[in-house]
Formats: sequence, C-alpha cells, structure tokens
Amino acid sequence: MITIILNGESRQLDNEVDLDYLIDLFSLPRNLVAVELNKTVVRRSDWPDTIVNDGDRLEVVHFVGGG
Amino acid sequence: MADQFSLAGSVFSSRLIIGTGKYRSFDVMKAAHAASGAEMVTVAVNRVPLDGKTESFLDHLDPKMQILPNTAGCYDADHAIRTARLAREALQTDWIKLEVIGDPITLLPDNEQTLEAARVLVGEGFIVLPYFTDDLIMAKKLLDAGCPAVMPLAAPIGSGMGVQNPSNLRIMREQLPDAIIIVDAGVGVPSDAAIAMELGADAILMNTAIAESKDPAHMATAMKLAVEAGRLGHLAGRMPKRLYASASSPIEGAIR
Repeated sequence: MITIILNGESRQLDNEVDLDYLIDLFSLPRNLVAVELNKTVVRRSDWPDTIVNDGDRLEVVHFVGGG
Repeated sequence: MADQFSLAGSVFSSRLIIGTGKYRSFDVMKAAHAASGAEMVTVAVNRVPLDGKTESFLDHLDPKMQILPNTAGCYDADHAIRTARLAREALQTDWIKLEVIGDPITLLPDNEQTLEAARVLVGEGFIVLPYFTDDLIMAKKLLDAGCPAVMPLAAPIGSGMGVQNPSNLRIMREQLPDAIIIVDAGVGVPSDAAIAMELGADAILMNTAIAESKDPAHMATAMKLAVEAGRLGHLAGRMPKRLYASASSPIEGAIR
C-alpha cells in the first residue's frame, strides 16, 4: 500500500502505478488536464513512463473561469 | 485607418481583453463575450475536482478567441511559475498573465515576487503579461526583464473603483512612450475604461465590471464603446485644462 497526495488530498493505492493508469483510476478528464509531479510538470507523452511512488505529491489541473 | 493593437507578434482589432469568471451562466458569458468584441479572454488554472464532476470550460469559449491563462491565486513567485508551466502544458501557449498576490483582503500584487517570477518565465520563453501596482519604476523593471507589456491596476481586483491614480498612469505613459500598457483590474463602469484609455493605456483587461453587471451583454457593449471612445480621445489629443473660462463665441461684435 502506498499513499500519495493528489490535489492536496491523501489517497491510498495498492501499489505503485504509472501516471497514465492513475489518471484513469481517478476518472480524471485526461484530455483537459495538465499534471505536475513533485512540483515538476510531466508532459502528457511521458505519463505512461512516469511511476507514481509512495509519498509523491500530484497536482492535476484544468481551466476554469477567471479574470 | 484601422487602429490595430500589436502585442508580442499578435495583432488585435479590439483593445478590450475580458475575463471568464463570475458569470451567472455560460450562456450569459457567451453573450457578453460576443458583445464585447474582445479577441482575447483570460482563464484560471485550478485543481481538477476528484469527484469526477468535470466539464471542459474551454468548450464554452469562442474558438476564435485567444486564451490568456492567468496565475491567479498564487502568493509567491514559485507557485506562479509552477502554474504558468502547467498552463503551458495544458494549452500549448506561451502566453501568461502573471499575477502574484500579496494578501487576500486587497488582492494587491506582490511586485517583488512578480518581478522574480517574470524573470524566470521570460527566461523559459513565456510571453509574460504582469499585473502590478501602477508604479513607473516597477514598470521599467518588468520591461527590462523582457515582458512585452505591463499591466498596472486601476484599482484593486473586483473593486470597481475606477482609475484611482490617474497621475501614475499618465506619468507611466509619458515616460514610457513605446511601452504597451494594459490597465488590468479595477474598472467598474464604462467611463472608467474611457478614462484609462484617454490617459494613454493601450488596452484594458476587465472581468467583474461586465460579469457582475445586471446585463453583462449590454455592459460588454458599453465597455467596447468606451474603450474605443477613450482611445480615439487619446489619439485626438485633449485640450489643455484651464482654471478660468475661455469664451467659445466671439466677445467682440456682441450687441451692446
């Protein structure tokens, strides 16, 4: 069991997964988002090769209305 | 002759840039955007909700509009830089409205952190449009850092107070005749926009004044006209202010 911090919330996973899998695991809208892993942006093309480890901090963002 | 507005290699017919926040509905926003004639709109970067309730906000924007992501909600250079990088990844745009806030009550910019973030982001190839306090020296530093324009506030964000310090804007215009100055934040009514343009602003960015009005589409039209009127007034050149009257009709020849 590993614990990650996803958008500020603690989440438990059975084991380490790649980022591409994680996006689907949490039903995140993959075509709308950008992802940062431990304060570094991970390009979409690198998601399948990026492993999410215990203690990792992820920010998954999209666009909303703003000024 | 068309009075076009060039910014970082893009050419705009409209000198009004508008936001996408605080609208009562997407339909109201769309009507206001269409009425405004704006060709560039701002959007914010935000965490995706984890409850699965997400829709594509960008689908509600006219695809002809250029999208300008912002770093709203960031309180230091590091967060603003990270937000800009995420926006670039998501949108494949180098454009960023840099906003580093100093405190939550006034939402006034932290100029020091803004400059620090601007230097880093310009170095990474971003087209950085910085929101900052209406200060000439800060404007010079941001331009020296490589920002293609500066975006001084008229008044605090969402305050609708209008141009609080016209002298600062006028000084900035006179001392930086070649700089692109976009007044960002604080406009409340069309006359505020006209005043900012009359003082020599190249463009105006606003959100709340339109979104929080009773009829955003009508207000957007009014803002469009005010920006155009103010711009034309600036180009035409105002008459000098005088303490005393100056007769418009001939004094000589009036009957006695």
